[in-house]
Amino acid sequence: MSRIWSLPGGVHPAENKMQSLQMPLGEIPLPSELVYPLSQHIGAPAVALVEVGDKVLGGQKIADAKGFISAAVHASTSGSVVAIEDRVLPHPSGMSGPCVVVQPDGQDQQMEFEECPDYLSQPADVLLQKIRDAGITGMGGAGFPASVKLNPRESIDTLIINGTECEPYITADDLLMQTRPDDVIKGTQLLAHLLGNPERVVIGVEDNKPQAITALRHAALGTDIEVVSFPTKYPSGGEKQLIYILTGQEVPSGSLPASIGVVLQNVGTTVAAYEAVRFGKPLTERITTVVGKSLTLERNIRVKLGTPISHVLQHHGYRDGLASRLIAGGPMMGIALQSEQVPVIKSTNCILAPDYKEFPDPQPAQACIRCGMCAEACPAGLLPQQMYWYAQAEDHDRLTAHNVNDCIECGACSFVCPSSIPLVQYFRAGKGALRQQAVDKEKSDRSRQRFEFRQERIAKEEAEKEAKRQARKARSQAAKKAQAESTPVDQPAASQDPNDPVAKAIASAQKKMSMAPDEKLKANLESLRTRLTKAQQKLSQAEAEGADTVAALQTGVDKIAQKIEAAEKELAELEPAEFTPPSSEVMDAAGDAIARAMAKAKSNAEMSPQQKLEAQVESLRQRLLKAQKRLQKAEADQDENIAAFANAVTKTQQKLEQAQAELEAL
Amino acid sequence: MAFKQLSSPHAHGSNQTQRVMLAVALACLPGIVALTCFFGVGSILNIVLACVTALLCEALMLKLRGRPLGFYLSDGSALVTGVLLGIALPPYCAWWIVVVGSASAIVLAKHLYGGLGYNPFNPAMVAYVILLISFPVQMTQWAVPEALLSNDKNLPDLWTAVTHIWIAPGSNGYFDGYSGATPLDVLKQSDAMSWDALKEAEPILAQGRWAGLGWEWVNLGFLLGGLYLLYKKVFTWHAPVSMLASIVILSSVFYFSEENSGSPVFHLFSGATMLGAFFIATDPVSSAVSTRGRIVYGAGIGALVYIIRTWGNYPDAVAFAVLLMNIAAPFIDYYTLPRTYGHRKSRSATEKAVADQ
Repeated sequence: MSRIWSLPGGVHPAENKMQSLQMPLGEIPLPSELVYPLSQHIGAPAVALVEVGDKVLGGQKIADAKGFISAAVHASTSGSVVAIEDRVLPHPSGMSGPCVVVQPDGQDQQMEFEECPDYLSQPADVLLQKIRDAGITGMGGAGFPASVKLNPRESIDTLIINGTECEPYITADDLLMQTRPDDVIKGTQLLAHLLGNPERVVIGVEDNKPQAITALRHAALGTDIEVVSFPTKYPSGGEKQLIYILTGQEVPSGSLPASIGVVLQNVGTTVAAYEAVRFGKPLTERITTVVGKSLTLERNIRVKLGTPISHVLQHHGYRDGLASRLIAGGPMMGIALQSEQVPVIKSTNCILAPDYKEFPDPQPAQACIRCGMCAEACPAGLLPQQMYWYAQAEDHDRLTAHNVNDCIECGACSFVCPSSIPLVQYFRAGKGALRQQAVDKEKSDRSRQRFEFRQERIAKEEAEKEAKRQARKARSQAAKKAQAESTPVDQPAASQDPNDPVAKAIASAQKKMSMAPDEKLKANLESLRTRLTKAQQKLSQAEAEGADTVAALQTGVDKIAQKIEAAEKELAELEPAEFTPPSSEVMDAAGDAIARAMAKAKSNAEMSPQQKLEAQVESLRQRLLKAQKRLQKAEADQDENIAAFANAVTKTQQKLEQAQAELEAL
Repeated sequence: MAFKQLSSPHAHGSNQTQRVMLAVALACLPGIVALTCFFGVGSILNIVLACVTALLCEALMLKLRGRPLGFYLSDGSALVTGVLLGIALPPYCAWWIVVVGSASAIVLAKHLYGGLGYNPFNPAMVAYVILLISFPVQMTQWAVPEALLSNDKNLPDLWTAVTHIWIAPGSNGYFDGYSGATPLDVLKQSDAMSWDALKEAEPILAQGRWAGLGWEWVNLGFLLGGLYLLYKKVFTWHAPVSMLASIVILSSVFYFSEENSGSPVFHLFSGATMLGAFFIATDPVSSAVSTRGRIVYGAGIGALVYIIRTWGNYPDAVAFAVLLMNIAAPFIDYYTLPRTYGHRKSRSATEKAVADQ
């Protein structure tokens, strides 16, 4: 006998399990329509695969999982899709959501399912895909996709099958364990196989189900599966609670059971997974407890998913107006439905329709006297009376410090509260507010990050600019220093601010004035030569780029060349003996350019307009040839600048044509 | 058909505030019986008058505050305050003492703070302290057990008692011939004598078995009532047990080291020890909330009771001790949060919201 840990807190509500166990498992006729919500599970809603008017068979996939955490939906009988529209969902808010509506044809034809007798020799991923394709989700209440839970990243040493069913009234799992213990054991073996055969495989059942325990123990003979029973106490069947009861370990706050090597599945889910793998049968029906004093017939039924609850109630002697409320699930954590026009979904383990005597309307809440009975009942070790206080005051810091997020909403606190305070409702609201706060905080953090990044970038750019500015300043200061050294002391204006253009002009004018005529001319010539070099550089650049300014630049070059000529002449006249054209030895790049420009200018000056144009045409032709060659080369090399080269060719061609036209006009 | 939008859980236990309160009032019975046996009808008259005043004041305040009368009056909390105050007041004290006390408890200590659940101090103890400070002479005259009455007098009958209370409260509130020193008074006033000598010399101690004639039975009565409430799970054992334990520890230390200190048994069964432990320290509204907090809270009350009894100016100290610990209750709460499932350590309530671990 393995050790049992005692659940702290907890309550003992009246079990009310006998009324639904008096009858064998029942079935009800097909309803006139079946409604399949696309979102029956935790995670992303499924995507419809059918269209209005399509014929479907029982077991046909009508909506597929979208994303990792999602589950497929299958038609539970044959018929035709009559609508895909928003219908009211079994949700506490009474909200609507997209549903596929199927009108049964009454034939109840099922698809051929692919059997797999040797499933235990199949690899896990194949089996997981089968489970995923069958749309299996947790059938105990939360509806988490089973294939995701059975595929943890962590290594698992304990597999727990949850047959606790601690909620009062519900006996669906009890009946399943009583009537199909072998399938439960086979399913358990399958899940153990999927999880790499954990060291410990245990089925936990509360001791108020002696028949189920006996049946399971008998079926488990010869296997390594333990069937453990433990004292009945609500909420022993909560995932975290059952893990503690059976292993003595606590799931760390905010983590999944897999983080401590435990995976837990409900017995119903286990059998559904087994059927999906062994027989290829998708999840299209389940056992649901139909119970409550407003009904004349209380029992468990095998019901097709999508069956409207109103249809189920009709077949159990439901009398309108007698029920004080309608609950999907048990009396502790079940969802109060606002309408019976919602379907049975994968997680609907109970339909509870009590009368007013059984579940009277809630008492008005009295003042909290902080009696602490809630804290005694809390299985999570919280202080509900304090959290209630802080939830009312919307003191989110204190709520967090009191671990409101570890509340499992089991309702034990509200159950024992002598002042009838709906504590769970306050905690749900408080948790919602905290969630919203977290979302808002993340949003604002992100935008703050964005803002800070932008500020940083701007600051960086500023710094770069500033560095450039400093460099320029340093350069100009160096230049100024050099100038100041070369400038006589009696010219303070120039030395004061070398960047001042006026001062510069004055300085150069003064310099000129103080020069001898021939020196002046020489200096003049020198500056003209410099200008010519520059102008030529610009011109060649413009030519290379095919810019429109080529003509203007050409004129500029010509003029400068003329000026140089004039200046040279003057100088020659003044000092003919002194002037010698620059010898080839001393010719530098500038001199070479000057010489070429001079030659060009000379020849230009000598040329008639026609000749000029002809020369121009000739040069343009040559440039065109060059440009075309470059383009070819670029094409051959697949250069990325092909477009630019092509552009240059076109432009040169245009210019050539223009020049030719001008020539002809002459 | 549309159903109401209701939040789970749908099932509810049979617990009701009214039932809790009535259980508390009922549990006072053994103690009240003992009080009546030894001191006469005085306590019952006090209780009746205090309850009537408390209910009237409650109704008045509810009306002034615009609250539904029936709903709040029926919770029984005013009744419990009245009962506890009536028990605490000296038998045969003047009617106006009871009325002033009861009105202070409900109006000042309860409703001015927002009514049931919002009062930081125990209303009955606030009233007791107000009276003790305002009318010290009247408040320190406790009745004498019948066996100790001189000239073979009997306890005053109902008529005499009512006349005394309503018509002629006597000079300075003395009920001549019927009031005398309590065991705690005796201990307080005779510092020089050793405990054993005192026990021989003083008739009220000499005629009692452990802690003074009458008083020991009164305390046993409240202990019995307290055990009943524990059995009914109206409160947990933490505050009363830690209060009594701290009294026992402190009185033992001094009993075995100093001759003139009262024995642990004397301190346990004298004065208002058991009433305080099971009916006052367990007042949920004004005490600490967690089990750890209640242990600290109870221990604090026990220590203060012993300290004030031994070195303070008042012979009994439950009211002051409780009020002082009421002040400390929120502070205790901040540092005694229980460890939550899935957390390695308990947190402090003052912890700022940081990234959840």
